[in-house]
Amino acid sequence: MTSEKTVELDHDRFPTPSELDEMLASATSTISAVNTTDALSVLEGELLGRKSLMASWKRLLGVLPIADRRSAGQVLNEARLALEAAFSTRNDELSSTGRVERLVADRLDLSEVLEETRPGHLHLVTQVRDELEDVFLGMGYEIAEGPEVENEWYNFTALNMPRHHSARSIQDSFYLDIGDKETWLLRSQTSPVQIRLLERGVLPIYAIAPGRVYRRDTPDNRHIPIFHQIEGMVVDEGVTFGDMAGTIETFIKAIFGSDVSTRLRPAYFPFTEPSAELEITCTICRGAGCRTCSFTGWIELGGCGMVHPAVFEATGVDPERWTGFAFGFGIDRLAFMRHEFEDLRSLMENDIRFLTQF
Amino acid sequence: MRVPLSWLKDFTPLEVDVFDEASVGALASTLDGLGLVVESIETVGGVLPGVVLARIMEIHAIEGADRVRKVLVDDGERPRLEIVCGATNFALGDVVPLATIGTRLPGGMVIAERRMRGATSNGMLCSEKELEIAEDAAGLMIVASPGGVDAPLPDAVRLGRRLDDYLGLVPEVVFDIAVEPNRPDALAVAGIARDLAAKLGLAFSIPSPVVAEGSTEASTLASVAIKSEEGCSALVGRVLEGVAEFASPGLVRRRLELAGVRPINAVVDASNYVMLEFGQPTHAYDLDRLQGHGIVVRLAKSGEEIITLDDQRRVLGRERLADGDVVELPELVIADVADTAVGVAGVMGGLETEITAVTTTVLLEVANFDSLLIGRTSARLGLKSEASQRFWRGVDPLGLERAADRFCELVQQAAREADLPVPLAARGTLRAEATPYVATEVDLRVARVNSLLGTSLSEAQIVRLLAPIGFEVRDADGRRVVTVPSWRVDATREVDVIEEIARHYGYEQIGRSERRSPRVGVLTSHQARRRRLRSALIGAGVTEAWTSSLVDPRTEAAVGSPGPYSEVLNPIDRDETVLRTGLMGGLLEAIAYNEAHRNSSIRLFEIGSVFGPSDADGRPTEEEQVAVALAAGDDARSAMALFRALAEAIGLDPEGYVFEQGEARSLESERLTTGMHPARTAIVMARRADPRTRPVAVAVGEVDPDVLRAAGVAAPRVGWIVAPLVGLFSLPERSEKAKQVSRYPSSDLDLAFVMDDDVPASRLLETLQRACGPLLESIKLIDVYRGDAVAPGTRSLAVRLRLVALDRTLGPEDLSAVQKDAIELVESRLPARLRS
Repeated sequence: MTSEKTVELDHDRFPTPSELDEMLASATSTISAVNTTDALSVLEGELLGRKSLMASWKRLLGVLPIADRRSAGQVLNEARLALEAAFSTRNDELSSTGRVERLVADRLDLSEVLEETRPGHLHLVTQVRDELEDVFLGMGYEIAEGPEVENEWYNFTALNMPRHHSARSIQDSFYLDIGDKETWLLRSQTSPVQIRLLERGVLPIYAIAPGRVYRRDTPDNRHIPIFHQIEGMVVDEGVTFGDMAGTIETFIKAIFGSDVSTRLRPAYFPFTEPSAELEITCTICRGAGCRTCSFTGWIELGGCGMVHPAVFEATGVDPERWTGFAFGFGIDRLAFMRHEFEDLRSLMENDIRFLTQF
Repeated sequence: MRVPLSWLKDFTPLEVDVFDEASVGALASTLDGLGLVVESIETVGGVLPGVVLARIMEIHAIEGADRVRKVLVDDGERPRLEIVCGATNFALGDVVPLATIGTRLPGGMVIAERRMRGATSNGMLCSEKELEIAEDAAGLMIVASPGGVDAPLPDAVRLGRRLDDYLGLVPEVVFDIAVEPNRPDALAVAGIARDLAAKLGLAFSIPSPVVAEGSTEASTLASVAIKSEEGCSALVGRVLEGVAEFASPGLVRRRLELAGVRPINAVVDASNYVMLEFGQPTHAYDLDRLQGHGIVVRLAKSGEEIITLDDQRRVLGRERLADGDVVELPELVIADVADTAVGVAGVMGGLETEITAVTTTVLLEVANFDSLLIGRTSARLGLKSEASQRFWRGVDPLGLERAADRFCELVQQAAREADLPVPLAARGTLRAEATPYVATEVDLRVARVNSLLGTSLSEAQIVRLLAPIGFEVRDADGRRVVTVPSWRVDATREVDVIEEIARHYGYEQIGRSERRSPRVGVLTSHQARRRRLRSALIGAGVTEAWTSSLVDPRTEAAVGSPGPYSEVLNPIDRDETVLRTGLMGGLLEAIAYNEAHRNSSIRLFEIGSVFGPSDADGRPTEEEQVAVALAAGDDARSAMALFRALAEAIGLDPEGYVFEQGEARSLESERLTTGMHPARTAIVMARRADPRTRPVAVAVGEVDPDVLRAAGVAAPRVGWIVAPLVGLFSLPERSEKAKQVSRYPSSDLDLAFVMDDDVPASRLLETLQRACGPLLESIKLIDVYRGDAVAPGTRSLAVRLRLVALDRTLGPEDLSAVQKDAIELVESRLPARLRS
């Protein structure tokens, strides 16, 4: 180390206070002039290391007269702390510049990523089904499930479909070549689950039954022979048509939003009476009128009605004590309406590009 | 059912203007509200000003033109108007429509004067197609063809008269109404009018037909009889004499066409008109062609044949089933008195006795046939006629005579309009009755009405709602008894009447309330775990597919499913004829589809039912399975890794199950492993069950490469997991109790063993696990080595044991003790040696 006003400082002689001050001032300015952390740590070794003046002077304290020792120690210590502080400050200054350079050198272009990790997607029908299930779970309904192969009792007879009802005809349902002719079939609706719930005999019933159903519809962009329905049933004492209309309104709003309302129109289903077609505010135009709703503002969603006494009689439930309602609609159709895709058959094609949009 | 508005107005004074969209829309809404859903509203016809009746007076060839001729017509004002015409289907004296200069035809063409080859065309003679009166036409519309320019014309055919006026072509609105099966009354214009009048509070009446009768007693000319105990409750006949072939008046023709029925001649048209108006089908026979001049309703003899109007041979009274069995069927025919079948009752008449151009005497059959018999026969023959549809729904048992009379009235009106001699009806109506009509009566409880609907209707209100639609309420010893009108044969119970009350009160008037479940809604454990499984799968990058449950048996065979398959009796796709026995066929097809569309990252799963052989009840067994197909550069290893992740996600105890590969049981015997690679498949079973009987819960591995080839999958390997959900969820679950985690540092011990290739690595891991006891935190296979450094037929397996104690830091002496125990146990139990 050099200094212009060279003071004769010596490892073997304790400096005077003014010599010490001078040395401090000179060292401090040298420290602040250092430009790299490496040079700084070399300088730190020179000024504060084992072979430095400061180290030698500390050792000299022991030979000073006892009377001077205390104050000299204090002065030396203060000088040391001052030097350390200067080093620390300069070190901080230098390392913050180095950090920026280091990090810049570490730059990564995040759009260069080659590997793509994508999650899988639930089938659209499952997504809609789960969503519907959750609404009904929230309303305290159980989720009932039943077999897809049914016999004519569950699919038709117990549902008050007389033997020659058109829905029973071989044109509409898939019958299986098992046992007696036209005994076993793929269920054409989820309503057989209603019969199973009633036969179970645990009343009241608040339940929905989602599931896969089969009808002999020739596939086209609006029809597929295998599709999914959700069916609901409430059987309790004193259930009225007004209860049905109000309850349906409640869950429709929960599913589609509070600006969607419902209307009922007389219709015929063998297993309910009075029966109604369920229409909701068009979900595309929100009632303003568009192509989807044929400019009526309403779209047909499904059917509903008061459980027919014949259904109660067939399942051993007293129709005088218990009344109830049932409703049903298509899950696939709901997805079709909501997502406005062109062809219902897309649901069965399993093209990953289609499935992973939802 | 297509219903012209003007026809409804014949029965009730509807205040609807065809030009006023709002009033037409309001009427459609009223119909909707009654459950008579209007599927479309069509405004048709409109006026055709400028098209008038004109008579062909002269026909001349035009020199140099062979496609057109010069025609001189009389349009009432101009006796020799020159027209150039390309049609040839007319004769001198015929009356045809003339579109005069300036007329805009429905297609948009405006008629102007044209000159060609020295002739001038001052208008255009038109076909029914050009006027949009009919779908197609062979030539000009011939309004009248009296035979020569001097022959007299009927009064109605005045030259220069507007064609729309002549045809009754007033503008018309047609409602296309979807009629529900429980509304037999609404398959009739009058029935719809009745419902509307009741709802709108308007008067409603059906005019009584007026029939001109001759002096001959009908019973001396013809007979009707019922010789069957079932199927026909009543039969009515009416005889019309002096019939000739002539057209119906314009209004009748127009209404029939708007309703979707083609006009033929006055007799056929009248029959169809009555059916549309009252819902009662009728059939007209040429009486002279009926042997014995009468008809009999009887059951068909087994195998009896008849040629129907459509010239088809029909075999009645029995049916040959698909399996060759022949079953006898009760089916009704109409026979003549000589017992020859002349018609399939209620479905279609016979060709032999059809009325023709030379028919002079008509016997009209009006019957009430049983709905089930007719429905079954028409379905069996594939003949769903307008008539059979109405019988199937049920016709009005008290409406037979009125329909017969209306038929006669219509034919007679047509003759008058055409200025022809009026055919007279023979005196009296022929009638046979097997079962007298008894009106249906049901008890109606006012309290029940209100408790079912949630209304508070008074008895008087109920009566006011029911009376206009014919349901009469009377008091019988304090009970309210409702007499159901004859045209509502569908209504048999109290609830049917309640529906009528609700319908006419208006569904929208019924106050809405809400029903809350007294229970808490929760998923069952199965449903909750199924959702967790799905979430775990999508989290692992697998997308859910949905494949058909109906499959091609060849696809099933290709994936090695042994069958037998449950076959569908009546498939719509001739290939997809059986129920799937597994999910592999569908998922591989989906993979091939995605490969063909150059999609990448093909990882699919499906949760769905698969079907097996019938159980004791005859029901095919049905099982909900999950299957995962990994075809994104995957193999059995990825399937194994995914299975472990899924097991963890759905809460299985990793200690609760074991894998077996080609050991304890033959894999071939396991249905679950159908289509899987025999040497790259492991089965998963609950650890604590009896190894010989414990059910296979899951199969994990790869699809057999031959199966992949057969399915057209390009990927060389497809990782596969399949499990019945019930089996998967029956594997032991992790304990809910927390396991303590050590606070002391752990130590790793790496050991490598050389072991024969045919001993699964899992046995080494299990043995080491046992040897380490409670100090083991985890065990992991870190390297597998085959090569020169080890003997052929063996491999080196390197394992890292992570050891930790709950109460202290393990010292070198602990580790060496574990190491010693581990090596000893492995070498004594397994054909394995520590690799030196």
